[in-house]
Amino acid sequence: MKVTDEMIDRLSHLARLEFKNEEKAEIKNDLTNVLSFIEKLNELNTDGIEPLVYVNEDVNVLRKDVREQIITKQEALKSAPQHDSDYFKTPKVLQKK
Amino acid sequence: MYHSLAAIQADLKLANTSCEALVKNYLANIDNKKHLNAFVEVWADEALQAAKIVDAKIKINTAGKLAGAVIGIKDVLCYRNHKVTSASKILEGFESLYTATSVQRLLDEDAIIIGRLNCDEFAMGSSNENSFYGNVLNDLDNTKVPGGSSGGSAVAVQADLCLATLATDTGGSIRQPASFCGIVGVKPTYGRISRYGLIAYASSFDQIGVFTKSVADVGLILQIMSGADKNDSTCSQKQVENYLENISNCDVSKLKIAYLPSTIESAGLDTEIKNRTLEILEQLKAQGATVESAAFDKLDYLVPTYYVLTTAEASSNLARFDGVRYGFRSPNATDLESVYKKTRSEGFGKEVKRRIMLGTFVLSEGFYDAYYTKAQKVRRVVTNEMNTLFENYDFIVCPTTPTTAFGFGDKKDPIAMYLNDIYTVLANIAGIPGISLPLGKHSNGMPFGFQIMSKKFSEEQLFSFSNWCMNNFSSN
Repeated sequence: MKVTDEMIDRLSHLARLEFKNEEKAEIKNDLTNVLSFIEKLNELNTDGIEPLVYVNEDVNVLRKDVREQIITKQEALKSAPQHDSDYFKTPKVLQKK
Repeated sequence: MYHSLAAIQADLKLANTSCEALVKNYLANIDNKKHLNAFVEVWADEALQAAKIVDAKIKINTAGKLAGAVIGIKDVLCYRNHKVTSASKILEGFESLYTATSVQRLLDEDAIIIGRLNCDEFAMGSSNENSFYGNVLNDLDNTKVPGGSSGGSAVAVQADLCLATLATDTGGSIRQPASFCGIVGVKPTYGRISRYGLIAYASSFDQIGVFTKSVADVGLILQIMSGADKNDSTCSQKQVENYLENISNCDVSKLKIAYLPSTIESAGLDTEIKNRTLEILEQLKAQGATVESAAFDKLDYLVPTYYVLTTAEASSNLARFDGVRYGFRSPNATDLESVYKKTRSEGFGKEVKRRIMLGTFVLSEGFYDAYYTKAQKVRRVVTNEMNTLFENYDFIVCPTTPTTAFGFGDKKDPIAMYLNDIYTVLANIAGIPGISLPLGKHSNGMPFGFQIMSKKFSEEQLFSFSNWCMNNFSSN
C-alpha cells in the first residue's frame, strides 16, 4: 500500500488531527511501515470464515428500561474547559456573512 | 514488608500491626522511591482516614475481606471525585463523576485505595515511555523500563509501595510488566470483570486485572471484582467460582499441558528464557504431568491482527476527546473545527496519534474489508484453534516475554516495540485468561516470567496450578 500525502491529509481530517510538515513525513513513514507489517494477514486464507465481532457467547443481556439519574447537570459540566450554568461552551458555530 | 494479605491479616488479628501503620509504611516507601515515578497522585490523607475506619471495624469484627489490603489503581480507572487522566494531557484536570465497578467492589470489602499509578498514555505502549508524566523506572535497574502499559502498577508492587495494584491488559499490559519486574500479573477472561468506569482503549480486548506477589491474593482480589454488573452488558453473567477453595489442591500428575513450539523456537527469544522454559516443562513432566507440543502456526499473525483491531477500536473510543466536554482545550483554537483539531493534536501524544491514524485508515471507506474485516476473520481462526487445543489440554504455557526488560530508548522503531507483545496478545485475541509468574532469573540480573493460559472462565484451575508452580519453581 502506497501512502500518499493526500491520504494523510484525508485521514487526519477524519480523525480531527493536524500534522505539521516534519510530523507529517514521520506519520507517513510510520503508516507505510505498519501497513506493510499488517499486510502479512493476506497470506492467510480466510474464505468462508465469519468475522469475529463478539468475544463472548452471552447475547442480549437485557434490563428493564427504567430512567436512572447517575450524575447531575452540574457534575456533567464541572470538568468542561468552558461552560456556563447550563451548557458546554464552544466558539460560534454559525458565522455572520 | 508484607508480601501477602494472609500475613497482614494474621498480624492484624494479633494486633501486631494496624491498617494505619501499614499505610504509614507504604507512604514512607512511596516517598523514598519517588524517583521511580510510579504514582502520579498519592491520596495520603484519605488513605490514613480510611485506615482508621478499617482499624475500628477490625476491633468489632465487622471488617470486610480486604481489610488490610492497601491498593493502588492504574490511572485509567475512575474513582468518584478523584482525578483520572489516562496519563494524557487531554484529560488534564478531569475528575471522575462515578466509581468503576472494580474499584467499588474493593472499597466495599474495606480495601484502602492509596493513589493512582502512572502508565502509557491511554494504555498504549510496552515500556511506559509514552506517559504525559514521564518514564517509570524499573526498581531493580533504573536504566531499564518496567514494561507497559501498566508500568506504574507493576513497579508499585515490585518496590513495595502498596500490597497490590489494579491495572488493565489489552495486549499484555499486565503480564509483560509483571515479567520485567519479577512479580505476578494476571489478565482474567474477557468479560469476567466489569469495565464500567474504565477509560477504554480497545473495548473487545480490554480487561482489568491485578499485580501482586502472591497467587492467593490474585485469587481473592479477582473473586471480589468478578461477576455480572448491570452497568456493563459485555460483562459475563456466569457465576464466579470460588478461586481460593482449591488453590492449594493442585494434582499436577493429572494435568495435560501444551506448549507451542513456535513460541519456543521463535528467533527473537532469549536463549536463557528458552532454556528456563524448557527446564520447567521437564520438571512438570517429572512430576507426572502430561506435557506435549501442540502445533500452532499463527504466531506471526497475532501482532498484526491485534494492531488492526485495537487501533480501529481506539480510533472510535478516543473520538470523544473533543475539547468540549472534559479536560484540556487548546488555547489556540479559533472555531469549532479547530477546537477539535488543535485540542486533539496538542492533547494526545505521538503513539496515541499514530494508533488513531492507523485505526482511522483500517476503518475508512475502501479499506474496511481488506483490513478490518480480514483481521476479524483471523481473530476467529485463532480463537477456534485455541478452543480446539483446550479440548485436549488444561493449560497452554509459553514465555511471557521474548527478552528481559530493555533500556530506555532502545526500541525506537514502533514495530520492534509492538513485537515485544508477541507472546501476550494471544490471550487477548482469544479472550482467554493468562497469568505471568516470576519463575525466571537471567544472568543479566533481571527477572522474566513464565506464562500460563487456560480456557475461558477457568480461573479456578489456572490459579491453583499457578500457586503450585510458585511453590515449586520460584526463582527467588
